[in-house]
Order: sequence, then C-alpha cells, then structure tokens
Amino acid sequence: MIEPQTHVAIHALYARYAALLDSGAYEDWLGLFAQECSYLVQPRENFEAGLPLATMRFESRGMLADRIYGVTETLYHAPYYQRHILGIPLVDGEDAGLSVTMNVVVVRTHNDQPSDILLSGEYRDLLLEEDGQLRIAEKRCIFDSELIPNSLIYPV
Amino acid sequence: MIDAQSLNSASGARSDWPRGSVSRIPYWLYSDPDIHKRELERIFYGSHWCYVGMEAELPEPKSFKTTWVGERAVIVTRDRHGEIHAVENHCAHRGVRFCRKKFGQAKTLVCPYHQWSYSLDGRLLGVPFRNGVKGQGGMPEDFALEDHGLNKLKVAVRGGLIFASFDHKVEPFEDYLGPEVLAYYDRIFDGRELKVLGYSRQRIPGNWKLMMENIKDGYHPGLLHTWFVTFGLWRADQQSRMIMDAKKRHACMVSSRNSGGDGEVTQGVSSFRKGMELNDDRLLDVVPEDWWGEPTVVMTTLFPSIILQQQVNSLSTRHIIPRGPDAFDFVWTHFGFAEDGEDMTQRRLRQANLFGPAGFVSADDGEVIEFAQQGMASDPWSRTVSELDGTTTQNTEHMVTECLIRGMYEYYREVMEL
Repeated sequence: MIEPQTHVAIHALYARYAALLDSGAYEDWLGLFAQECSYLVQPRENFEAGLPLATMRFESRGMLADRIYGVTETLYHAPYYQRHILGIPLVDGEDAGLSVTMNVVVVRTHNDQPSDILLSGEYRDLLLEEDGQLRIAEKRCIFDSELIPNSLIYPV
Repeated sequence: MIDAQSLNSASGARSDWPRGSVSRIPYWLYSDPDIHKRELERIFYGSHWCYVGMEAELPEPKSFKTTWVGERAVIVTRDRHGEIHAVENHCAHRGVRFCRKKFGQAKTLVCPYHQWSYSLDGRLLGVPFRNGVKGQGGMPEDFALEDHGLNKLKVAVRGGLIFASFDHKVEPFEDYLGPEVLAYYDRIFDGRELKVLGYSRQRIPGNWKLMMENIKDGYHPGLLHTWFVTFGLWRADQQSRMIMDAKKRHACMVSSRNSGGDGEVTQGVSSFRKGMELNDDRLLDVVPEDWWGEPTVVMTTLFPSIILQQQVNSLSTRHIIPRGPDAFDFVWTHFGFAEDGEDMTQRRLRQANLFGPAGFVSADDGEVIEFAQQGMASDPWSRTVSELDGTTTQNTEHMVTECLIRGMYEYYREVMEL
C-alpha cells in the first residue's frame, strides 16, 4: 500500500522534472537525482530483445553533468523547445525504493517549424529518499519511436 | 532520358557541371527526383554490393530478418542447412510486402493474403486451389511453380557481415572492395564471432550522399566535433592515411590517437575548449586491443550503403537506407565480439555515448547534414567547393584533404554517366 502523501510527493517530483527540462534549467534538473544514480534512454526494440545498447547511457551524476556540458557547450544543433507530457504514475513499493512507470511524450518545436513528436515511450524509474527528499536513483526512458527524427540533443 | 546535356538545358534549374569536375558538386544533385531514381537503379540496384546484416543476427537455421537494399525491402534468411539467402520482400502473386517482423523464425515464407508459400531461398513451394475446387477454377495447365519464386539477390558473406546485390553478375565481394580496403575490412571482420549489442535508428532529412561524404571528410572532425579535438581522439595533426580502392568508391580514414590538449593545431580552432575535463572519465576509458595494430581509429565507407566504424573501443555498422532524394534512414548496429569479457562489453556500451542520434560526436553530423540539405535544396544552382588539398583524387598520408569525396564523385560520374 502506497501512502497518499507518497503519491503526492511523486507527482510533485515529476511536475518539477518536466518543468525544469522544458525550461532548460539543466543544473537544477540534475539536483533531482540521487548522489548515486544512473540514466538510460533506450529503444524499446533493444529493451525487449535483451540487447544492452542505449541511445544515452550515463552511470553517474558526473556523466550527466558531462552531458549537460556537451549539450550547452560542444554539440552544434538547431535549438528547439521541448515539452514533456507525462502520464499517471504506476507506483510499486520495492525494497530498494519506489518503482515508478509512467508514459511520456516529448513534443519538439524548432524555430519557424510546426511542432512534432520527438519521442514516445515510458519511464521505468527507481526513486528513493535522500535527505528527506524523494530523488531519482535510476531513470530509464524506454521509447517506442522506431526512428529518432534526426537527433536527440537535450535530456528527456 | 536524363543525360548531362538534357540536365543542363531542361528547365534552366540545373547549373552546368563541367566535364571532369569532381571538386565542385552541383547542389541539384542532392534534391533532384530524376537523379535519385537513376541512383537507385544504377547504384543501389545495379552492380554493387549492399549491406543487409550480420550472421550473428541469424544465429539459428530457419531464421530471418528484414532489411532494405536502397528503397526495396529484403528478407535475409538462414536455411536449415545454415546457408544465407536474400530475397525481395514482396509476394510473386500480387506484390504484397508480406513479411512484417524485423526478426523471426520460419520454416517457410508464407504470404497471408492467398497463402502462397516459399522456401527460405525464395522458391515457390505451393499455391492454394492450384487444381481448383470441385473441378472449378484453379491455375492454368501451364502454371509452373518454378516460374514464380521471390526475387532472389546474390549474397556474399565475409567475416560475419552479409551483403547482397540485385545484379547476379556483380563481381566477387573481395574484388569489389579491392586489396587495400579489404585489408582494413579484415582487420575487424577476421572471422571472430560477432555479438550484437543493439540498434539505434534515426531518420536524417538529407540526401544519402551527404552521409557518405561526412565519413570521407577528414576536414570536419577536428573542427565540428569539439569532443574529438579536446580529448585527442581526432586532431588534424595526428598520423593518418586516406585510402581508396582503385575505383575510388570506397575509402578508409585511418588514424592514430594523439595525446590531446592544445598546440599549434588547436590555435584558431574556435571549437577547442582548453582545460575541458570530464567529470566522469569512464566515457573515454580507452583500452587498446591487440588486433588494432597501429591505428586507433578506422572509418570505412563501402559504397553505397554502409559505414564501418572502429573508433577506439566502439564498433558499429551504420546502414544507409535512402528515403527519396531528401532523407535517409541511418541504422546503427553496435557490436562486440563473442570473446569479449564483461569489462570490454561495458566499455563498448559506454563509448557508444559518443555515437548514434544522441552521440557527443555524431548528433551534430545529423544536424549539419540536415542544414546542408536545406541550403542546397533552396539554391540548386550553386555548387560545393570541395578543394581542400587541391582537386585531385589520390590517396594521402594526412587528413587535411577532401580527396576521398572527390574520389567518390569520380566514380559517381562514371556510373551515373553524368
């Protein structure tokens, strides 16, 4: 049985998660992760076939910080807005923490262009409490999209 | 009929392409539908070998995968004797592209529409109601199963990769590559069992030739890809060679990693970030492998459909699938070897962060190809200036050159009769 206040805390965490990413506040977004954390964006095809390759595989906060640096300083790309549309969390309690499954659609909008769907999939996350706050220990985004529309630059 | 003459005079939209020029490529070549049609016919469906997959994707007898040769759908199979075949994925009866799975197991290939069934090498085995029902209907007397198989492609297998050609008179695969390119091919694919680590798929809104050019271009990596410059994975001053086959359609960019950091070659390179360090340096935890020999990076373009990537410990095939003149699908199959330990597999997976649609040194390739397409399509009357290191097409012992791009167009003009 998951307590109602836990559900409230999970909703608040994901609302913050989406708002920070969509406004490009990546440093603050990084603060939502636990000190020990991992981040994986993986095609559903690989996930279901048991193939380990991921589109993005970061195994620490340091690697996530390196991605943020790459996105903001080194990767040449057309700038775009992203808009995360998150579904209703399915929550299960586990020994290691809270497992959360949630649908996610990311809408992308380039300058001078109509909006399109960058990615459609689901989060399969593990949350735990750190310093009295709910934090993301494992983020996995398993996406259905068979073809990435050119490139995936910002974190999702 | 399209030839150089009619192209130049047809509508006034196409600028002249002076005979013999391979360093100034007209922009209309990247967006013209007639050119694209001819490329499919002469290049992708002509006397060339196109990549269709890996033996490791068909580990068991009676298994199949679906893929593409140019814009035509193909089924690659392994029959019960273990032999590999490739057939076109449409039924001989009514043209249905009937096989819809990416991978699967099957004893026969059956089109569900009217249940025409085929062997894994494409022979028609049977059709329902051939002799009619209660004496009525049925196929004509002279209907012969052997006349109605699936379109078969010629197949070549070497070192674990599978290639196919619609032209059964195509030269042997080894001759197609030529001895110098073959040597670098065999450096990776020497018969060791391959292990597929997974796929990345992206659609890049640009002409397919731009992708080939990107991996024949030793000019851009040290400029566009800040990561490479800063960490010494690719710098203009490193020891390197640019090698082509005799027909100049394939190429290898071969180089050895330097120590990184700044120096003469990074002066004036605005993308260089002095003092840039990783928070987690496992992203570049490079461990040399015995089979590398001297080079640490070999990027091979096998015209027209595949790029073979060895970038330190990261290995992939990158399959180019054209989708009209202004887009292509780019399918990455990352792999290692069956003999890899767990550490090496993790290392390859971690270094895969540099590549693919989100890669630190690949996402921007897709982006610039899209932007190049936009510029070229809107001004088809202009042309490129691919004249770094002159206008000639010979192999070089450095990478400050666009000779490989020029070499490809030398062959292209011949095969396209343009």
